[in-house]
Amino acid sequence: MVRVLVPSGALGLGYDTEALDRAIAAGPDLIAIDGGSTDSGPSYLGRGVSKYARESTKAEWRGLIEARAKAGCPLVIGTAGTSGTDSTVDWLYDITVEILSELGQSARVARLYSEQNPDAVAKAALTPLSGAPQVTPEDIAGCTHVVALAGAEQINAALETGADIVIAGRTTDTAIIAALPIARGCDAGAAWHGAKIGECGALCATNPQSGVILVDFDEAGFTITPMAEGANATPHTVSAHMLYENSDPFILYEPGGHLDVNEAHYTALDTRRVRVEGSVWVPSETYIVKLEGARIAGYQTLVMAILRDPRYLANLDDWCADILEKHRAKVDERMTLDPGAWHAELRVIGQDSNLGALENRRADPVELGVMAILTGPDQATANTLGKLMNPYLLHHPLTREEEQPTFAFPFSPAEIDRGAAYEFVLHHVMALSDPMEAFRLEVDNV
Amino acid sequence: MSELGQIVQKVRSKNAGPFWLTIDIFCGSSEAFEQVSKGVSTDRVAALFRADPAVVKRFDIAALNVVKFSLPRPTIQGARDDRDMHGAGWAALVAELDIN
Repeated sequence: MVRVLVPSGALGLGYDTEALDRAIAAGPDLIAIDGGSTDSGPSYLGRGVSKYARESTKAEWRGLIEARAKAGCPLVIGTAGTSGTDSTVDWLYDITVEILSELGQSARVARLYSEQNPDAVAKAALTPLSGAPQVTPEDIAGCTHVVALAGAEQINAALETGADIVIAGRTTDTAIIAALPIARGCDAGAAWHGAKIGECGALCATNPQSGVILVDFDEAGFTITPMAEGANATPHTVSAHMLYENSDPFILYEPGGHLDVNEAHYTALDTRRVRVEGSVWVPSETYIVKLEGARIAGYQTLVMAILRDPRYLANLDDWCADILEKHRAKVDERMTLDPGAWHAELRVIGQDSNLGALENRRADPVELGVMAILTGPDQATANTLGKLMNPYLLHHPLTREEEQPTFAFPFSPAEIDRGAAYEFVLHHVMALSDPMEAFRLEVDNV
Repeated sequence: MSELGQIVQKVRSKNAGPFWLTIDIFCGSSEAFEQVSKGVSTDRVAALFRADPAVVKRFDIAALNVVKFSLPRPTIQGARDDRDMHGAGWAALVAELDIN
């Protein structure tokens, strides 16, 4: 039997410290936590930075390093620092060294690097997944960061170094949990299924915010036990987690194969614990890993105005269309910009700014916000585009005859430079002849 | 005639990676599940997103009283024309469907 402790869905989300203490007392073989995902958008991968504050990361990571020492088992984090680039692995490594020094502890720390050279990936044979964008080798080579998603094999390679702490770059959410049970001979279907159920911590139970759960794996299945007071796993909460952020709730693709849970059965052992058996792992003929990449799509400046005049609110679409036309003419007249090199958009907040053209309702608002989004090839150009937009948002009249209106600007200066805007480029897989071919390990005694 | 959101427990939409959107309708009872499963066609859901019905995956899961739809994201997450980084807002379109 292999017992994996999952403290929460991600480092930075917090966990119930009393539940963590109880889980440590239960003697886990491994503590595994996820450090990121693409869910916050392309900027974190594009810049190679963490979404969470260093302060939050350090506070929570310190608690897990202390828990690891008490439990006497390895601690693994996957997709360190939100994006799992080399820079975020090293960022968390620096925090780890700082914490170990403050605690007066020593530990063997392995770093698993997942980052790829964009030029090399651009030349590699890639297979697009369903829904992938059209990309050219130049698009891929233009990525600021490309990562490959590691699976169980790479995590096990890191654990086999004898590491107390593994800081992994991009991995699948499940690999950090599934790896050790697979290495110790537990059923592979159970390992991947239990890992998928456990990857978000107590999200598969009642009291989902409490975080801490134990997943026990063996040769026939797995058992989920939430550790917080009042948190219960039921066959419903556990099986429903297969729906979560998953386009197919029965099939899950991982490096080296796929998980099929069509025949899985979920049994309540008591009011708190659920047993699952019958999940099947189907190995693939070739070992493939998924790639993620992001590149700079342009630089942006925002300008915002709030309108409260009922006559303007009733005619806002016309007002916006007129402004975009006049702004375009002014840009053409005063800037030497290729028409394809810049973009201006007005989003009406309070009307359809969430759903855009798919919005099918409209209500009478008290006020509306107009957010101008200017995109250019560099920040200075985007800011100039914003400065040319500014007078229109402040004063543009509906008709020539009326007295010049003035609308509410919440800020001075009105132009807000947003920096680089990134976009995801890759939704592709790459075949490897050896699982470690695209990954690197570094081990230090700290 | 009522709105789907009024007869079910919850409608949730989430990213399934940057390129796919998944919508889970938690019906809450077998009666509501029957009503949603029979009363909401894949074509109607596809039309809400101006998507080709052929690319919409549908799962009617009686054991969970859940009807799930997955489709290519209407905008790629984080692209210049994307308006909702986590894709949570699209659930409203499904929750507001009329149902008999």
